[in-house]
Amino acid sequence: MAKSPASAEPAPPVRDRPNEPKRYAATNDELLDFYREMLLIRRFEERAGQMYGMGLIGGFCHLYIGQEAVVTGVQSALAKTDSVITGYREHGHMLAAGIDPKAVMAELTGRAPGISKGKGGSMHMFSVEHGFYGGHGIVAAQVPLGTGLGFAHKYKNDGGLSVTYFGDGAANQGQVYESFNMAELWKLPVIYVIENNQYAMGTSVNRSSAEDQLYRRGESFRVPGLQVDGMDVCAVRGATDVAVDWVRSGKGPILLEMKTYRYRGHSMSDPAKYRSREEVAAMREKSDPIEHCKKDILSAGAADEAKLKDIEKEVRAVVADAADFAESAPEPEAGELFTDVLVGTYG
Amino acid sequence: MPTEIKLPAMSPTMEEGTLAKWLVKEGDTVKPGDVLAEIETDKATMELEADEGGVVGKLLVAEGSDGVKVGTVIATISGEGDASAPLPPAGGAGGGQSAAEASPSTTGADSPPPIPPASGRGEKEAPGRADAVPATAAQPPAKPKAGDAPASLQVTPDTPGPTHRQTVREALRDAMAEEMRADGTVFVMGEEVAEYQGAYKVTQGLLDEFGPQRVVDTPITEYGFAGLGAGAAMGGLKPIVEFMTFNFAMQAIDHIINSAAKTNYMSGGQMRCPIVFRGPNGAASRVAAQHSQNFAPWYASVPGLIVIAPYDAASAKGLLKSAIRSPDPVVFLENEILYGHSFDVPDGDVALPIGNAAVVRTGKDVTLVGYSLTVGTCLDAAAKLAEEGIDAEVVDLRTLRPLDGATVLASLKKTNRLVVVEEAWPTCSVASEIVALCMDEGFDDLDAPVLRVNSADVPLPYAANLEKLAFVKVDDVVGAAKKVCYR
Repeated sequence: MAKSPASAEPAPPVRDRPNEPKRYAATNDELLDFYREMLLIRRFEERAGQMYGMGLIGGFCHLYIGQEAVVTGVQSALAKTDSVITGYREHGHMLAAGIDPKAVMAELTGRAPGISKGKGGSMHMFSVEHGFYGGHGIVAAQVPLGTGLGFAHKYKNDGGLSVTYFGDGAANQGQVYESFNMAELWKLPVIYVIENNQYAMGTSVNRSSAEDQLYRRGESFRVPGLQVDGMDVCAVRGATDVAVDWVRSGKGPILLEMKTYRYRGHSMSDPAKYRSREEVAAMREKSDPIEHCKKDILSAGAADEAKLKDIEKEVRAVVADAADFAESAPEPEAGELFTDVLVGTYG
Repeated sequence: MPTEIKLPAMSPTMEEGTLAKWLVKEGDTVKPGDVLAEIETDKATMELEADEGGVVGKLLVAEGSDGVKVGTVIATISGEGDASAPLPPAGGAGGGQSAAEASPSTTGADSPPPIPPASGRGEKEAPGRADAVPATAAQPPAKPKAGDAPASLQVTPDTPGPTHRQTVREALRDAMAEEMRADGTVFVMGEEVAEYQGAYKVTQGLLDEFGPQRVVDTPITEYGFAGLGAGAAMGGLKPIVEFMTFNFAMQAIDHIINSAAKTNYMSGGQMRCPIVFRGPNGAASRVAAQHSQNFAPWYASVPGLIVIAPYDAASAKGLLKSAIRSPDPVVFLENEILYGHSFDVPDGDVALPIGNAAVVRTGKDVTLVGYSLTVGTCLDAAAKLAEEGIDAEVVDLRTLRPLDGATVLASLKKTNRLVVVEEAWPTCSVASEIVALCMDEGFDDLDAPVLRVNSADVPLPYAANLEKLAFVKVDDVVGAAKKVCYR
């Protein structure tokens, strides 16, 4: 190669890289919290699926079953000042953020006490109070929005960071890379979490992505990436701790690729003909995040089978309450049609 | 033969410039590419380079002269063969010598007589378009006063009190600066807004006062920074996102509509997005179809957005201030042609209410409704109509969403005849909306059908003559007004 004049200058320093993450050494209590959280998401989503089948939930409804370890592990590493944003498969993110399951389920049924007063539905839910910024229906739109949340944290110098989740499908949208560029340029405090559940609706990662190792997708922008076992909550937590340290120390954004899997179709109306039943069954059998956590609990002696059964009972009761509430709550008043369009009054 | 150095057009809308500085003196030898002078255009300060080498003859326009017309001979350069040739008179046809001695702002023998009116490009061929309001030939350049201006530049501010004469560009800059001083969460981002001082100089000086944290240069990445801005607004800041032009905002329209406009509703009123998307909108001059589009009808159709398209400098400033203070997402549509136009602007911190149209000329025979550039077209048309004994009232819509139908209908009730003038395609336009409004709520007041005067229903052509045919012209408005008056 011809020598360019620039080569006379000293070689650029080797870029700083995040530490190799270790599996998080959870305490017994933390393991039980993880278990309870993941179980709540699973049972909630199963119930939502049933209610959809009964016609109580309409429209699009994307279930999170199978991916519970991702949001549970990430959320456990965050502080109160941090912001979270994701796409439309967000019921689990809301529960993990501590939002009342009743308000979420009542939104799914389109009722007045739903978290968006019944005006958002499954894909559009928000709770600024809980640092949860949605709930966005356009694939990848949350990525620049989440980058903007990071911009706001840096501008206000409040020490917070933005966790911006998106899927393997969204990873092929151009605006993701526009965001990476600005985030690294301005060293914004953003953790990008790709939830790679291996299918963008019906198209597998291999069929849609020239670079299918998605954790490398930030390299052109000098955003470092880590690939993580997204079916193991302790692995997720360990990697998130590394990411949080990286971002909070002012080094700019980081990318975590969570290898995960959704058991259900893309949405309730997806027949999922693009993969075999055997593939799904094998994932459930060998890699289920809740079973994985259960084994950890039992081997650590954090609890016995009986105690885990009690947790299961508690969780089922919470979900049953939420479902009853969502089914019996009234629909929004007709007058709500015209509220919340604008905040101010004009003219 | 010596070569005449003429002031070149350095931007699509440049008609005149300021000779900020000579970097050579008479008798200097220059090589091709040497910088001869710094020229301030309507957008930036540019360096004028020599195309050919030679010896600098006369410098014909004094340093610091403003209002120098494009095409004016500003210097001569003798070629190598005739370096010692006597300096010829400049300015072309005889007596050009006077150009050198004449006032800096004149153009010597080529100088056109100053012709006052002309709000839009309809009158492009008429020199002295409104934004120039030229100092008359052989007079020193002077700040134009309101009294000298054509009808289209005589807009009385809503609020009484002392005023100053200011361009729309300066008024917009002042609005941002004042709001940024008042509220630390307000910041500006966009392409070339900071170090370049604004592609159209609207953000000039903001970087110096507020620093790079609050005046943020972005990469060319509209989709990304529109979304980033919307996210920052959701996170508690008050961003002003500048699009270099709204043509490029089409890349970002998903965030303007799906992310910014709908969030408050979809969240049941708990998550806000107080952001201003601003920049020049509509056709400028000779930049053809992809850079010449009025998006007002698009945005004005979207619930959850505020859409503002001001005409004069006072309303541009007052409404931009209100837009920045608004808790809602605002699309603020400026116009490149208007940036250089001067108007009276109230002194001090004066915000104007969003959602109010203004009667900018009262009349009794016919109502002309316009917004942005076409308010000027309407005012010039009204002046012409007055000569024919037709007394036109002119309504400036100012805010397109929410639309102030009451002011339009009150004027219709008074005149019983109405023409809507809009530089946009006619189909599904703001003009169509005004027609529907008059049908729905003003039917009994109509003595004639409401007419629309829109630009031609074609992608905007490049060729000067075709472009002129496509734009709304004063005479079109005059014709439509006479038609509804059955005259």
